[in-house]
Amino acid sequence: MTLPRVYQTEAIIIKRIKLGEADRILTLYTPELGKLKAVAKGTRRPQSKLGGHVELLTHSRLMLARGRNLDIITQAQTINNFLIIKDDLELISRGLYIAELVDAFTGERIEDRRLFDLVLDALKQLSQASDCELVLRYFELHLLDHLGYRPQLQRCTECNLPLKPETNFFSPNHGGVLCHNCGFHEPAARPISLNALKVLRLWQNCDYANARRVKISPELAVELEQVMRENIKYLLEKQLKSTAWLDKLKREIQQA
Amino acid sequence: MSTNLIPTAEPIAKLIEEFSKLPGIGPKSAQRLTYYLLRASTNEVSALADAIRNLKERLTLCSSCLNITDSDPCAICRDEERDRTKICIVEEPIDIIPLERTKKYTGLYHVLHGVIAPTDGIGPDELKVKELLARLNDGLVTEIILANNPNLEGEATAMYLQRLIAPLGIRVTRLARGLPYGGDLEYADDVTISRALEGRQEI
Ligand SMILES: [Zn+2]
Ligand SMILES: [Zn+2]
Repeated sequence: MTLPRVYQTEAIIIKRIKLGEADRILTLYTPELGKLKAVAKGTRRPQSKLGGHVELLTHSRLMLARGRNLDIITQAQTINNFLIIKDDLELISRGLYIAELVDAFTGERIEDRRLFDLVLDALKQLSQASDCELVLRYFELHLLDHLGYRPQLQRCTECNLPLKPETNFFSPNHGGVLCHNCGFHEPAARPISLNALKVLRLWQNCDYANARRVKISPELAVELEQVMRENIKYLLEKQLKSTAWLDKLKREIQQA
Repeated sequence: MSTNLIPTAEPIAKLIEEFSKLPGIGPKSAQRLTYYLLRASTNEVSALADAIRNLKERLTLCSSCLNITDSDPCAICRDEERDRTKICIVEEPIDIIPLERTKKYTGLYHVLHGVIAPTDGIGPDELKVKELLARLNDGLVTEIILANNPNLEGEATAMYLQRLIAPLGIRVTRLARGLPYGGDLEYADDVTISRALEGRQEI
């Protein structure tokens, strides 16, 4: 698609790095253009007109001018600033994790409106929900689903038999669950409890409102996080950097 | 540089290249600076070269506040007149300059040397947070003033430090965040306006 010299788009700001003395390079996630990088000039100066409109984890309407390398943001107006997220360290940290996840799983300038909606929805849920970990798990599951990595949770990915109601195995490189017999011989597989399996199955097929109805014990929450984290690490062939920070926050809360 | 149409002597090309790396200096300015130095006296050029070399060789971090200094402790930490019950936390050494310029603050500083940036893998362990906590041990400090930048990472860092320090019974304050002087209300974003409303004062 050839873009006009000046164009408008909605965007969620998912990353930014400093450029020169007062500028920034922003990574935007947009409905029509997918992920793209753009320059925001002067945004590190207090008088910048772009200012908070191009802050991380903000949903804004932007005007861009085509540049030689990167396009340049000429105007910005906030649609949703997610102030509730920005006032809370726990929520900021989860929001940044979502942003890093999107950045890691997407290439530049590939239109994906559904993914844009998923990200926007996750940020909205994050600013409403009391259980921010649930929002992350739900987003992870549906992100993978949408990108074609939907974990197989009904049948054994090796022998294709329906899974029995017992402890099975989860294997990222099989793209889902292995039955007790098959998983037993697979060194890279980890046990997955029946409860964890049930919750993941439910979350795969319901909306946030219903996902929130399930009571999750702290132990189950940890198991679900580990299963998803291993799965994502396998797919990206790397650990996301913000996971270390999320772990640190949790440890310090437990100690306090 | 050897691909230039006009062949340039290697030392000239090298200096132009180095100047071009500096912020705000394009290839044209780099060239102008280089040819200026070529015409300048040997003394003048040596003085500049020494100044640049000393920047790294003679400077160190203050063992108390971690500001950049040529003597340890730094001039601010050494100054008997300064209020030792207050520490102002800044992200970078350069942030001390605008605060000192106001002449309104008489306490001490602590430089974090960065900001919590989870997606870059930077957490409190990568910053000078342990050094800050060590300074609070003697019970002399009664107020911590957080002067982090008013952006997402700055706010996150401030919130984290608040959570860490408040249980020690030390008052934690934050520089007021609001409308920038010389800016237009019309262009301010909702977060800035919300903060400005929260921080409103009697006049
Ligand atoms: Zn099987
Ligand atoms: Zn000092």
